[in-house]
Amino acid sequence: MTTATQIPFVHYLALDDGPPHLVAHECTSCGAHYFDRRNACAGCFGTEFRSADVATTGELRTFSIVAFAAPGVEVPFVAGVVDCDGTSVMANIINVDPTPEKIHTGMSVRLATYSMGVDSDGVEAIGFGFEPAP
Amino acid sequence: MSASDEVFILGINMTKFGKHFDKDVVDLGAEAIMAALADGGVTMADMGIFAAGNLLGSGGIGQQLQKQVGQTGIPVFNVSNACATGATALRTAIMAIKAGECDMGLAVGVEKLAGAGLLAGGDRAADGDSWTPQGRYGAVGPIDGRVGTATMPGVFAQIGMEYGHRYGGVDFELFARISEKNHSHSTLNPLAAYTKAMSLEQIMGDMMIAYPNTRPMCSANCDGAAAAVVVSGAKLKTLSLEQQRRAVKVSASILTSDPYEEACQVLPNVNTLTRNAARQAYEASGVGPDDLDLVELHDCFATAELVHYDNLMLCEEGGAADFFNSGATWRTGSTPVNVSGGLQSKGHPISATGIANIWEVCHHLRGEAGPRQIEGAKVGLAHVIGLGSACGVHVLEKSAA
Repeated sequence: MTTATQIPFVHYLALDDGPPHLVAHECTSCGAHYFDRRNACAGCFGTEFRSADVATTGELRTFSIVAFAAPGVEVPFVAGVVDCDGTSVMANIINVDPTPEKIHTGMSVRLATYSMGVDSDGVEAIGFGFEPAP
Repeated sequence: MSASDEVFILGINMTKFGKHFDKDVVDLGAEAIMAALADGGVTMADMGIFAAGNLLGSGGIGQQLQKQVGQTGIPVFNVSNACATGATALRTAIMAIKAGECDMGLAVGVEKLAGAGLLAGGDRAADGDSWTPQGRYGAVGPIDGRVGTATMPGVFAQIGMEYGHRYGGVDFELFARISEKNHSHSTLNPLAAYTKAMSLEQIMGDMMIAYPNTRPMCSANCDGAAAAVVVSGAKLKTLSLEQQRRAVKVSASILTSDPYEEACQVLPNVNTLTRNAARQAYEASGVGPDDLDLVELHDCFATAELVHYDNLMLCEEGGAADFFNSGATWRTGSTPVNVSGGLQSKGHPISATGIANIWEVCHHLRGEAGPRQIEGAKVGLAHVIGLGSACGVHVLEKSAA
């Protein structure tokens, strides 16, 4: 018997179509990208959307090192916005020391995935973040 | 009654901001209302509309307050617009007067917030036993902290850091210096929640909340209320000379929301809607940024104050850091900003904030601000942002009477 062994943390993280990448809903009229559903494009009111792969590398446009958060959230962590070839993505910046010395706006980053653990059915959730790119 | 072009603040009040353990939201709102009515020399019988804001209470604050101060059957608008709720209540009353629906109206904002922690991202559910996709993103667990941050200190930290990325010249110390200014200003404001000056070392060395915002660089959660009575120009002419002399002209009352731009649904864009509101306000009032004697702007975090220097066009585009470094925004500078102490020390009882900032400006325009009076103040601007987003900008001018 085989069952699905992996599930992405969010539906817009594609794991089964080549290397892991993010997928956006793209407005067919103006090209605006959304990570969840829209009835109409917020920019041009178009109602047709298609799936579009988002670049897996980008530039860190801004960040904060969050030191105080809800119980259960591991701190400190780095929250940021990555410009992936024109599509802005909110994500954690991972695989880096969460210190101002190690992180700066403008740095090159790339998509990275990690295991979030296995549930009682044996399914492993896969999370994503962006890590410094060489 | 006919539509009115001119609207004035007739009476206005804010309560002491801070911890009011012995008062509930109705007590606090009523205190501000009674004082604003007395300040204007009028009663609830004169009011033709009532707009009320309170975000964290049980709802229907307007009707609850009527039962505390006077039920006359007038229309009540309970408004909710995040941190711009107070400004939205005021704008609602102003619109009713401008439309000719009535010639006097009341607006109030009140909040009980002392002891509150993080208002967004303050709690997070545990992961379930099985990874089950839920919600708009099909997430198999809580998102906050895993896909960026929902916390306000973290969101506004990113907003300030993004400005630095775009224009340069911005670092942790610069943001801390902005906070140093506001804490220094607060020492002259007896109604502020915190009135202690803080050194740069104290501010930078305090507990980090979300880099680069340390605790004193974040708005202070506290209790408070503010209320305002507005009147049409025609009605004001029938009132006493003393009422006419103390009335403050509302030269512009603007409310905007955020227009679509790339990235605005990823990290809130508080810039464009503020710039749009400022542009409309300057156009409506005929007042320019150089004419402003004081500005109360929405410094919910030190990182936010910087970007709004630029958004309100107090400086050239991209020039906010140089503008601050020139000393312009200290109370002794060319454009004093947040002489009340701002949200970082005066406090931020959310719904009250958008009227309390107008009270501060009116206080100076009336020449009643005591030791913190900006001498000869004739024109001021009050700005708030509610994340999501809403922006209120009011331009106020000293009465000519």
